[in-house]
Amino acid sequence: MATDHELRLRERLARLRNVNLLGGARVAGELEKLQHQLERIAEETTDEDIWRSVELARHQDRPYTLDYVERLLEDWVELHGDRARADDHAIVAGLGRFQGRTVALVGQQKGRDIKDRVDRNFGSAHPEGYRKAMRVMDLAMRHGFPLITLVDTPGAYPGVAAEQHGQGGAIARSHALMARLEIPVVSCIIGEGGSGGASALALGDRVLMQENAIYSVISPEGCAAILWRDAGEARKAAAAFKPDALHCLELGVIDGIVPEPEGGAHTDVDDAARLLGETVEEHLEELESVPADELKRRRRARFRALGVYA
Amino acid sequence: MSSPRIDVSIEHRDAPEPPDKKHPNTCPRCDSHYRDDELDAVLWVCPHCGHHFPMNARARIASLADDGSFVEEATEVRSEDPLDFFDLRPYLERLQEAEMKTGLGEAMVIGHARIETLPCQLAVMDFQFMGGSMGSAVGEKFSRACDAAAERGTPLLSVSASGGARMQEGILALMQLPKTVAAVEDLKDAGGALISVLTHPTTGGVLASFASLGDVIVAEPGALMSFAGPRVVQQTTREKLPDDFGLAEPNYRFGHLDATVARPELRAFVARLLRLFSPNGD
Repeated sequence: MATDHELRLRERLARLRNVNLLGGARVAGELEKLQHQLERIAEETTDEDIWRSVELARHQDRPYTLDYVERLLEDWVELHGDRARADDHAIVAGLGRFQGRTVALVGQQKGRDIKDRVDRNFGSAHPEGYRKAMRVMDLAMRHGFPLITLVDTPGAYPGVAAEQHGQGGAIARSHALMARLEIPVVSCIIGEGGSGGASALALGDRVLMQENAIYSVISPEGCAAILWRDAGEARKAAAAFKPDALHCLELGVIDGIVPEPEGGAHTDVDDAARLLGETVEEHLEELESVPADELKRRRRARFRALGVYA
Repeated sequence: MSSPRIDVSIEHRDAPEPPDKKHPNTCPRCDSHYRDDELDAVLWVCPHCGHHFPMNARARIASLADDGSFVEEATEVRSEDPLDFFDLRPYLERLQEAEMKTGLGEAMVIGHARIETLPCQLAVMDFQFMGGSMGSAVGEKFSRACDAAAERGTPLLSVSASGGARMQEGILALMQLPKTVAAVEDLKDAGGALISVLTHPTTGGVLASFASLGDVIVAEPGALMSFAGPRVVQQTTREKLPDDFGLAEPNYRFGHLDATVARPELRAFVARLLRLFSPNGD
């Protein structure tokens, strides 16, 4: 498991990497030093650590979006429906007060018991869910409310109706709308960040991950089924594509790691919510001093810089 | 007594093709068989039944651009292996193999060209290169194509063929969705137009990002264009899939496409759009 020291180190490194203005020799030297320390630590992130994250991210008692809403927002009003066809319960969206200001919040929601899980479709949204999310993002932008997104989905739903209703297009347009928002946007992966259905809600000015969350291009089982031709090789797949928070930070995909209570977020939901709230507030405060069009410009630049190629 | 476990997870590289698999030049619809040069002469469309065979990026560009007008760009952008990814074989080996097979450096070719004398920017994918999967290099090339189109003030024509994000690049492959989308938004803010042509198959992360953001979106007849592939949907939902699941035709009916355009008409169709988007109409 990652130590506090390591988390701070990696956060500092991620921040230094992102600050282009400070490309001077002194900072470059520090970057190297940090990188060196990090390389030593990285060797200790074992395959077992990665798999533990996968298990904790999917833990049945892990707090979900509404557990955080309840603890972090006052005067919460959930908004329903995509104004076209349906209300997708796999995504919740609404307005509330966060630390004295009105914010919009959008996130996937999983269910607790069997009935609830089916009602929430295990957190796998249809296009209607993404359209609901977009409607509320648009509302937030018109009123200048900051947007918080909480991501927790195994992936967008792969079903016949979902395809007929335009799943691919809905996910693409959700990304596109987030790239146009002229409001502060803080996104946090709070459990499973599965594929395009997750990134569709995670185009934030700041992207965070909880310590035991995972963020990946495909589920470990899906990857194993395709590349190893055996879904049972999920552990090997996870070890290969490294969906854990530390690796995502190292690759510059996220800006920070939100600590969880010892043993995982489910062991103390109140404390997990407090830690999440503090980190989100810290980032929102920073973002609120940046002009709106500048936020948009920087957000696009942030995502356009992602990737490793020769 | 414990017997040693035998590792059977070895890929048979030279395994014989399964007997039911047809030759790539045999029409899957009407069983007509053709030589390469015969198909080349008819844009890889079956003269007998109209089935659209897959078309590689070079042939596609030749079929659309005026002779000799295409100038390739960003050839130096190549994939790396940020995760040291190794499944049954190392990622780098798969990349080399794809290069040998296709003669391309990546699954996308970009550049500028003229179509019926009208200038435009091209971003063309090749399914033969690792299933047209989108990793960092494809994302970067597409983004550069957006910037070049904005700079030159010409529309961007994207021709997609992709199985989705490239798993071997892990989360960085997923990040090419927001990356390419951000590039499209920059292009649109600069007043540029995106014409998106979906060819068989355009699925997963490519459908869920730039390919669905065209100002005009068209597909070739019979092209699969679904976010999730039929096998995944079948396994997840246990539903009986419609015979035309995810194909261009139902997508057109459901309102996700502006048109289906047969390959022989594509060049003229694109040229008409380019004229409409050009400031003087010529």
